[in-house]
Amino acid sequence: MTKPGYLKRLEAESIYILREVVAECAKPVLLYSIGKDSSVLVRLAQKAFHPGPIPFPLLHIDTGYKFKEMIEFRDRFAAQLGVKLIVHTNRAALADGANPFVWGTQRCCGALKTGALLEALREGAYDAAIGGARRDEERSRAKERVFSFRDVKGQWDPRNQRPELWNIFNTHVNKGESQRVFPLSNWTELDVWQYIHYENIPVVPLYFAKYRPMLVRGDSLLPIEQPFVPRLPGEEPQMVKCRMRSLGCSPCTGAIRSDADSIPAIIEELTAVKRSERQNRVIDHDQDGSMEIKKQEGYF
Amino acid sequence: MASTLLSNPMADFAQPEEHDRDLLRFTTAGSVDDGKSTLIGRLLYDSRNVYDDQIESVSKASAGRNAGAIDFSLLTDGLRAEREQGITIDVAHRYFSTPRRKFIIADTPGHEQYTRNMVTGASTADLAIVLVDARKGLLVQSRRHAFIASLLGLQHLVIAVNKMDLVGYDERVFSAIERDFRQFLELFQTLEPFFIPVSALEGDNIVHRSDRMSWYRGPSLLEYLEEVPVEESASRKPFRFAVQRVVRPDHIFRGYAGTIASGEIKPGDTVTVWPSGRETRIASISTWDGELDSAQAGQAVTLTLSDELDLSRGNTIAAADFEPEVATAFRATLVWLNETSAQTGKRYRIKQATHQGWAELAQIEHRININTLEKEAAETLEVNSISVVRIETARPLVFDPYAANRITGSFILIDPATNATVAAGMIDRAVESTHRVSDLPAQFTWQIKDRALVVNVDDPQFAAENDPRTISDPEAADLLQRLLERLHKLSSTE
Repeated sequence: MTKPGYLKRLEAESIYILREVVAECAKPVLLYSIGKDSSVLVRLAQKAFHPGPIPFPLLHIDTGYKFKEMIEFRDRFAAQLGVKLIVHTNRAALADGANPFVWGTQRCCGALKTGALLEALREGAYDAAIGGARRDEERSRAKERVFSFRDVKGQWDPRNQRPELWNIFNTHVNKGESQRVFPLSNWTELDVWQYIHYENIPVVPLYFAKYRPMLVRGDSLLPIEQPFVPRLPGEEPQMVKCRMRSLGCSPCTGAIRSDADSIPAIIEELTAVKRSERQNRVIDHDQDGSMEIKKQEGYF
Repeated sequence: MASTLLSNPMADFAQPEEHDRDLLRFTTAGSVDDGKSTLIGRLLYDSRNVYDDQIESVSKASAGRNAGAIDFSLLTDGLRAEREQGITIDVAHRYFSTPRRKFIIADTPGHEQYTRNMVTGASTADLAIVLVDARKGLLVQSRRHAFIASLLGLQHLVIAVNKMDLVGYDERVFSAIERDFRQFLELFQTLEPFFIPVSALEGDNIVHRSDRMSWYRGPSLLEYLEEVPVEESASRKPFRFAVQRVVRPDHIFRGYAGTIASGEIKPGDTVTVWPSGRETRIASISTWDGELDSAQAGQAVTLTLSDELDLSRGNTIAAADFEPEVATAFRATLVWLNETSAQTGKRYRIKQATHQGWAELAQIEHRININTLEKEAAETLEVNSISVVRIETARPLVFDPYAANRITGSFILIDPATNATVAAGMIDRAVESTHRVSDLPAQFTWQIKDRALVVNVDDPQFAAENDPRTISDPEAADLLQRLLERLHKLSSTE
């Protein structure tokens, strides 16, 4: 299948960015989240460095609360690809009982995601962390650079970003400082699915609709993979035909009712959908401007 | 055509026209009260590119402010400080699509840092929209925006005369502004202007044609954006390819990865590699999807050559019959982006295409007054100033004038002390070099202390990468000292 012109342009732009990272940064790493954007990123990396191998490792920040299907997919995917996969977990926080219901989502994310990520980047001495974030996902991300500077603490200062002109990227950082690099900056959710469709890229089955046990609370569908998810009196899981629109930790990622069991069906569903992609992510709504605050602290 | 806009913009996924759907990148500029955020919010909302929960979140937020039922500007102002202060701080990117096109907007604030932000937004755009307040007419800043669009090499300029609702949708107001602006735009021969009367607040002529201005017979803003031809001439220009990486996965394959800046290429084509100037042929065009029979501007590929030439990152492969310029001194228009001003004689890192090296700001010819477009004498370069300068580099640059090629003719300057991107430059032409610029990483001195060599480098990047700076192993210290002396001698005699 021939890709439409705009997808070819986006693809070429992302490949250019990935090659710049490897050419100019001392020790890059790809933050692999197992989601659809990561899957696209890995395909783009294969294309960028062909006929050579992907020249950086994949890093997964495993909070311990990811869906089981995600972890299975991750291990299969990395093995097939023959790429080095590093998994990092904040075991100390888990041992202290970190979970979103006891600690609250802000503190839980702070420890299991942001804290673990900064720790892993520091341990690996990575000066560039490549991520699949897109500017259309959330409004503070609309102001993010492709090469986004982070200080020695891994923090983002949205009011003091480097100007980014043409396709010329400034990759210079001092020791201890780093950059987050976003090759998919200009992609939208629909672009990602269309690319997956044209390129036949494997994604986690959780994206496809099937009957799954869920706690049904009004419009919300809560997965019950973790035993600590609290139930209302007399509440029992129901089998609901649903799918995940974006993937995160199972206690904080709601499913959506859906019949979309294939990629074309997902694309068709997206064309009719009225809610934005991260609407089912509890952590985006726990305070005003919450993504912006998490990003400043070092979250992706 | 207007009726197609009423359908869901994404609904035609399966249709064959999808294959032809292209991309238009545009930038928007206006000052604080021109209603720019409202215009973009309206464009997204009326073309059904906003989700319900996004509308709910801004309806909630706008309850405390003086706007209509929905404050469209809140759809675009992303940072908390912006929503609190009702201003736009930084360049923001927006995405939307219609069945005909995909659009990327670089939305630039018009107040402080206007030049820096607008230059940034325009650098990747095909088209610029300039907003004019119908009540105020052509202001100094409208002229400034047109000048920057022309400077950055944009071809299309849309002048949206906004707030027509506040002047009673009066044709005479619109015509007077159009007449004034056209007269001014005669200075910029390369710009093609298009004038549209709109009301972003009321939605007139944004997505749908307004029946309140029947005297205007042209397309709505969105219709125009869908129809305007996107520049595809890059493929018809001479072939240019800057090497991004050398690809050597094994002893047999040696390829050069990069993106074609302009032109087309086929295996067998004769090319010249620069700066050496040696001629060779394209052996193959390799991609993950297989070898290609041809490739053109914008494609990211890996080229192999029929001769064993030792190319490296920063080198250029170019059409043999259209040579690029190769020089260590050139004249350029420089936009200063940083609060720290610049004087002649200062050295910066330069990045042009994939080349990186050292450059010296050799001379400031003049500064351009961006309000009057007059030339002024200048000793220093201040933030948001635009000047014509002479730059000398340590290594030869391979380039084309910016007017001929936006990719090979543009560069940035990086301050080695802070790593900040301090300037954006557009090359005019090569000039005579007057002196040699050192390509040593920075000024350095060394001394022997207690049989150890202490190196002091006036470059935080270098110092950071080479910590610790005291070499205490006497043998290594001795070796390094001899090397440094030799290097120093070489650089001062050449």
